[in-house]
Amino acid sequence: MTQPLLSVDELTVTFTGRGRRDVQAVSGVSFSVDQGQVVGLVGESGCGKSVTSLALMGLLPDRGVRVGGRAEYDGTDLFGLSPSRRRALRGSQLAMIFQDPLSSLNPVVPIGVQVTEILARHRGMKGEAARKEAASLLDRVGIPDPRRRLKEYPHQLSGGMRQRALIAMAVACAPRLLIADEPTTALDVTIQAQILELLKELVDQEGTALLMITHDLGVVAGLCDEVNVLYAGKVVESAGRRDLFAAPTHPYTHGLLNSIPRLDAPRGEPLHPIRGSINDNIAWADGCAFAPRCDFYTLECLAGTPGLSEPRAAGHQVRCVNPVLPGSAGATGGTTGGTAGLEKTEATS
Amino acid sequence: MSLLELDGVKVHFPVKKGVLFDRTVGHVYAVDGVSLSVEAGQTYGLVGESGCGKTTLGRAILRLVDITEGDVVLDGTNLAELPGEEMRGMRRRLQMVFQDPLGSLDPRQNIESILSEGMAAHGIGADREERRTRIREILAKVGLPTGALSRYPHEFSGGQRQRIGIARALVLEPDVIICDEPVSALDVSIQAQVINLLEELQEQMGLTYVVIAHDLAVVRHISDVIGVMYLGGLVEEGPSDTLYAEPLHPYTKALMSAVPIPDPAVEDTRERILLTGDLPSPSKPPTGCRFHTRCPWKQDTLCATERPELKDAGNGHKVACHYAAEIAAGTVRQTVPGAVRPPEAETAPAEVPAPAKPADDGRTADPGGRAGRAAEPGKTAEPGGTAGTGGTGGKSAESAESAETAQGGGTAGTGTTPEAGGTPEAGDAVQADEAADADEATDAGEAPKTGEAPKTGEAAETVEAAEAAESAVTKD
Repeated sequence: MTQPLLSVDELTVTFTGRGRRDVQAVSGVSFSVDQGQVVGLVGESGCGKSVTSLALMGLLPDRGVRVGGRAEYDGTDLFGLSPSRRRALRGSQLAMIFQDPLSSLNPVVPIGVQVTEILARHRGMKGEAARKEAASLLDRVGIPDPRRRLKEYPHQLSGGMRQRALIAMAVACAPRLLIADEPTTALDVTIQAQILELLKELVDQEGTALLMITHDLGVVAGLCDEVNVLYAGKVVESAGRRDLFAAPTHPYTHGLLNSIPRLDAPRGEPLHPIRGSINDNIAWADGCAFAPRCDFYTLECLAGTPGLSEPRAAGHQVRCVNPVLPGSAGATGGTTGGTAGLEKTEATS
Repeated sequence: MSLLELDGVKVHFPVKKGVLFDRTVGHVYAVDGVSLSVEAGQTYGLVGESGCGKTTLGRAILRLVDITEGDVVLDGTNLAELPGEEMRGMRRRLQMVFQDPLGSLDPRQNIESILSEGMAAHGIGADREERRTRIREILAKVGLPTGALSRYPHEFSGGQRQRIGIARALVLEPDVIICDEPVSALDVSIQAQVINLLEELQEQMGLTYVVIAHDLAVVRHISDVIGVMYLGGLVEEGPSDTLYAEPLHPYTKALMSAVPIPDPAVEDTRERILLTGDLPSPSKPPTGCRFHTRCPWKQDTLCATERPELKDAGNGHKVACHYAAEIAAGTVRQTVPGAVRPPEAETAPAEVPAPAKPADDGRTADPGGRAGRAAEPGKTAEPGGTAGTGGTGGKSAESAESAETAQGGGTAGTGTTPEAGGTPEAGDAVQADEAADADEATDAGEAPKTGEAPKTGEAAETVEAAEAAESAVTKD
């Protein structure tokens, strides 16, 4: 594969409002997705991961939002397309699975109609043929008795079922790129396992590329080939999953992994939370946004936006001037005093 | 005598129909006969998926919902029989921390008013000044600035709001705090802060917790005893370490194998038990064992007809399954093909028959028993037999790649520190003693299981592996 299926270059999304300060939700995110690859975007709430996906799908409102940077899908510039060309692409070649299956399905329209709608729009199927195809789609995503389910409304389906129906709609036109925004967050673990298994199957069998957006590092560990960790609208670490989990190099990734209790770790070990909250950051222009919460913080962190470097291995990119390298894991920067002063210079809301 | 004891607690909600005359057409059996006891100073964790009745049970303890049947005994007083006024008085000793930190705080009350309301109601503190001093102390304990007193809930972040919720419970000096999903609404990095806070407070103030959560890793981290609920009943209960090391109930096994672990090496090699279908409706619970409709080990006798009791299986580990002992011993075979997926072998180089190591990292209650069982011929080939160690599958792919000492650390590392788990690829130094431990573990584990290893290594596809497993089962 010479050219990636989707390449995103310095994507920025700014929300503007009259009389209000502009809010930059995504401030320069770059990554690429190859055919048949699963790429993860991981981060906590407010890091810009969902906005990234909405921008790629063209689902952000026209007014009050500025989208910058480039996103190329299979050689075409997504942001340069006319709205009608974009619509033709969306749903057929690019498809999305949303977090909350109940609110992304129309409550007053039966499942069957919602699935056949896509088939009619993109594949020109009608009547019995479309219904048959819809039934086979539901069957494929593991919904038992699909004929009956087609006539049912979203509220009659359980959470896992609804998410399956949503996946069926997303894969209806055999898309080449599937964007899944927290597809399992609203589900129980046993149902989550079923859905993840289904997504894995789709990727393996169809060669669909999957952009997986999640806050759950466990989900990423089991599913993604490449992982991008986002913090405050920028990718702070990007690596193959084995590299990332074996050697988390950005202090944020490192901190995240240390702050989750693991089912297979010995009990009684205290957790090491990241201090402060996601609001305690500074603008990227002034330095590293994570600096106020960082244990490895030094004054160099405030010398402008840190660039991506590869301190550990090729392909393992880190945006940090003081990366966590082997041996330095225990050493915490003794600059707590400096951090306290720094918090007063908070620039973002 | 335990501090808090529940005996056969049932909470049934009537389902009504009709406009003028409410006819009761059925019941939702939200909690259906739960008995448990919580020791003073300990943490009891209740886990289960949504709809299993764990939240209702928590609310029933406080009598925020009516108890249909059964006793809730706090320190010798049966709360289920107390009249309303006395129950209100008892609530000083029983407090609750709710899931949604914003929803459970009145947006129009400032923090001082929120925190002092309960104190005034229970007559704690003679006057405003005294209450304020007490509130200040508690605020400091939960890590909020004193300036918070005059502010309103919306001015705080999620983590801070949850701290306010905890402070509200603490100002009344309760004996038992019921935490209903205390961290599930919070971001990962904030979750750890709140979990640590709960632990510190318990240490300082000798609190007793009942923690209700769906996140098994969180519950395991903070609980001393864990009860697993399914459809209104406890299916398994035991000390946190034993329960996680060796789950006995098929549901617990499935639940644990479904929890994602942030380590690709573990994720790739662990065994998964995929349950089919969804939770049945609690208004029409299945007959017999509630779990038999989804159970991969369902048997023709007993399961569908008789509801199993919670029975002691040794060491305070209780399980409600007719065939728990047989499943553990491997004498009962799976009845749902494909439900238990052996570790995927996609990344394993086919030419290296790597010894799959039984998960034994020192926290298993009886490592000898497990290793012994794993050694049974025919049993090792059956993926279901070795089941249940979802979090700790053998790491054939990993150990195949290198034979360094550091690798040994990685192999056993499923249960040790994250660094140890991550070392093999980084190739950096593993603590000498850790490596030594790992070696021992590997040695102990290798011998009985070598026969099985080539099978896992060769089966490149899950399907093939499953087929192989199937045929092995049939032969058996």
